[in-house]
Amino acid sequence: MTWEVVIGLEVHAQLATRSKIFSGASTAYGAEPNTQACLVDLGYPGVLPVLNEEVVHMAAMFGLAVNATVAPRSVFARKNYFYPDLPKGYQISQYELPIVEHGELFIEDGEGNEKRIGITRAHLEEDAGKSIHEGLDRSSGIDLNRAGTPLLEIVSEPDLRSAAEAVAYMRKIHTIVRYLGISDGNMQEGSFRCDANVSVRPQGQQQFGTRTEIKNLNSFRFVERAINFEIERQIDLIEDGGAVVQETRLYDSARDETRSMRSKEEANDYRYFPDPDLLPVEISHEYIEAVREQLPELPDAKRHRFIDDYGLKADDALQLTMSRPVADYFEAAVGATGAKPQLVANWVVGDLSGALNKDGLDIGESRITARDLAGLVTRIHDHTISGKIAKQVFEAMWSGEGTADEIIEAQGLRQITDSSAIEVVVDKVIAANPGQVAEYKAGKDKLIGFFVGQVMKETKGQANPGQVNRILKDKLSG
Amino acid sequence: MDLHAKTLTELAAGLDSGDYLSVELTQALLDRIAAHDEKLNAMITVTGDEALAAAAKADADRAAGNAGTLCGLPLIHKDIFCTRGVRTSCGSKMLDNFVSPYDATVVERLAAAGAVMLGKANMDEFAMGSSNETSYYGPVRNPWDLDRSPGGSSGGSAASVAARFTPAATATDTGGSIRQPAALTNTIGIKPTYGRVSRYGMVAFASSLDQAGVITRTAEDAARLLGVMAGFDERDSTCLDEPVPDYAADLGNSIKGLKIGVVRQHFDEGLDADCGARVREAIAALESLGATAVEVDMPNIDLSVPTYYVVAPAECSSNLSRFDGVRFGHRAKDTGDLFDLYCRSRGEGFGDEVKRRIMTGTYVLSAGYYDAYYLKAQQVRHLIADDFKRAFEDVDVIAGPTSPTAAFKLGAKVDDPITMYLNDIYTIGANLGGFPAMSIPCGFVGGLPVGLHLVGHHFDESALLRCAHAYQQETDWHTRCPEGFA
Repeated sequence: MTWEVVIGLEVHAQLATRSKIFSGASTAYGAEPNTQACLVDLGYPGVLPVLNEEVVHMAAMFGLAVNATVAPRSVFARKNYFYPDLPKGYQISQYELPIVEHGELFIEDGEGNEKRIGITRAHLEEDAGKSIHEGLDRSSGIDLNRAGTPLLEIVSEPDLRSAAEAVAYMRKIHTIVRYLGISDGNMQEGSFRCDANVSVRPQGQQQFGTRTEIKNLNSFRFVERAINFEIERQIDLIEDGGAVVQETRLYDSARDETRSMRSKEEANDYRYFPDPDLLPVEISHEYIEAVREQLPELPDAKRHRFIDDYGLKADDALQLTMSRPVADYFEAAVGATGAKPQLVANWVVGDLSGALNKDGLDIGESRITARDLAGLVTRIHDHTISGKIAKQVFEAMWSGEGTADEIIEAQGLRQITDSSAIEVVVDKVIAANPGQVAEYKAGKDKLIGFFVGQVMKETKGQANPGQVNRILKDKLSG
Repeated sequence: MDLHAKTLTELAAGLDSGDYLSVELTQALLDRIAAHDEKLNAMITVTGDEALAAAAKADADRAAGNAGTLCGLPLIHKDIFCTRGVRTSCGSKMLDNFVSPYDATVVERLAAAGAVMLGKANMDEFAMGSSNETSYYGPVRNPWDLDRSPGGSSGGSAASVAARFTPAATATDTGGSIRQPAALTNTIGIKPTYGRVSRYGMVAFASSLDQAGVITRTAEDAARLLGVMAGFDERDSTCLDEPVPDYAADLGNSIKGLKIGVVRQHFDEGLDADCGARVREAIAALESLGATAVEVDMPNIDLSVPTYYVVAPAECSSNLSRFDGVRFGHRAKDTGDLFDLYCRSRGEGFGDEVKRRIMTGTYVLSAGYYDAYYLKAQQVRHLIADDFKRAFEDVDVIAGPTSPTAAFKLGAKVDDPITMYLNDIYTIGANLGGFPAMSIPCGFVGGLPVGLHLVGHHFDESALLRCAHAYQQETDWHTRCPEGFA
């Protein structure tokens, strides 16, 4: 039997606000436990939530970026359950009336075709705190620093058909939220994570199979592996005559498997109801249009522009637009040189990316500024140095030895373009190799490479290869 | 005349003219509380040292020419308002050990105006009750008859004002908790428009209904306090960003031409005939002052109590979830796992009425029941509010009885929740619609006080206060003092 996989993702993106969604406490990561939780976050008697306007703005930006409806009226609801890291005994979320609905984005499917993935909704909610079990000798600790951190939960339609599509979708969301500047997307710190709903059904069947939900996947690799494990598990189960049970599962990355957490029967009845402490969020048409005006260029648009305006190769355009700072870096460099954009792209995607990766740096931390990289590319473009020498200059720039021009000057790497100087070397090489000269003249054209090599060796690679070639051919045919 | 018998306005004049110091006044009232509260149990906490320190500061401020509008004037806070450094019990064992780290907005504003807090008043547990018998600290007794209830939930606030412990007390009203005790103790009780006074720092019972107000002996005093308490607070999203009228300045305006709607449904067989007669007389008195009365029909008003007992418990079941024994409040000893910690802390910390409402509320919000109960109740709530709005197209205030009977005996209804709930049959509608409402002393039945209930249109507390003030200029019911408390 052929099985079709059906996946829907719930992505949780932490919004990059300075203060929490309903209180003035800081959202900065990594503080001492419980130092960033005010009375509102602690759920003290009598305190009340007040909505941080910035989260509404951010959610609206996201909605517009995925071509969704930004609801003119959305409502916060209470999701009631008891847990020690949930101070109020309820989480403030949105339920029946979320702020964003009916969106979409496009990914590449397995065949390289563009595929539309529906976004059912995106809603605002507060994060819970964190239970700490390590190092506390048979008791548990609670850190409420994270309690009240704003989250945007983005729910896809069950349109994804493989783990690879799920990852492509999640990456796309990741790119978009970072482009918009509404989330830092930091997966190690838990700012970007997802739950995956996975089911399988016989190819051609309309009805969905029973799904399981894998909770809290915090890396692209885990998403792929957890889903693939779960697909295998479900298919094996059904083919062995069993049935999938609707349940919540956890992915154990150490064992690369998913494990049951709780079944549907054990699921909480969250008793959602509109939070009477908060008014409905009403957004005017003017507000939405103002947000639209301020939207930055989004990855897809930028990619197409890079291809159309700069003539970049599709792959390079994709690479360069995955992250807005990289795209900005590229454009800054292009603007500072007369060289062809593709040449700049080669350097950004190639040597620069390599160097950044090697040193574990972000583009923002690059040891070479866009302007300085443009300086290097300009010197290739104007034949001051060859591409080969340029790599040497790049290394020196990365080591902090100065700008391209400074290094070229200091190390005397300027390409020799003075014909009379090259002629002197060419004459010397011809004189030193009478045998090869004879063979060349007898018709062994390929020997030209040997002569070029000798000249380049004599000039330490600094002679302009094109000129060397021409002068050699002239002299040898003379 | 003894200081305890004076109104807030009279005391303000006395302090201003230097007849006495706030320290003397404060000490006199503290002595009075110490002498009489054993009979009433109106107080949960008396903050004598803090009060005298605040009074001394007020005296110094006044001497330095920095007197705020309430400088040196005493009051008592219902123990539902968070008071920094002072136990805030909410009448519950759950919070018996809870010392608030912050002040409620109401407390903060009154203190900033110079008011001196004498202590914290007894109340029904988490404001759930109409007799003050659900308090962990025991029932409050009605100064008019010590065998009777002062009403609830603000029973301690009302009894302390009636017994002249204080000229004024703060209170809260979710379904009648300011007005019914005011009616049963011969005091003024006003619940402003929902959102007029910040709920920040008021321990929540039912967030969409809770509203802070005051209990005093005169409309004038109520106006004075309300002017300080009311107004926008950015810490409460449901607090109205509307200008607050000068209530005190409005008081003197005539009620000539004011139209009073008398709700037909409120004079039914559930109302004690003698109480009804007092209320009719009061309405006639208002007419003699130039108001006109017409009968209004509110076809959905009878649904108030059942609607309220779905909405309020639903919100309460969620609001009270934070009392889990983890961060503050009562925690059971020697608990096993987390579930045990929750169950026993809450089982021990909450009383029966609170548990009953948490269970009711949990039920009406549960999957499969939400639509039939909670959603339906919210729809009916709109119908009831519409009844009021329709009435306010023709009239300025709506008048009727505050409570179906005068004060009842302690223990008489405590085992019969439904009968107890019906005590609030005339007051709940105002909460469901968010309208301002007030109870005014309007006579006696068998030696027990009766209250006239007035409801105003949204934001129009002024109309209520004006009526009450005009009425109090013509009558002396409010000056009557219970025997033994003169």
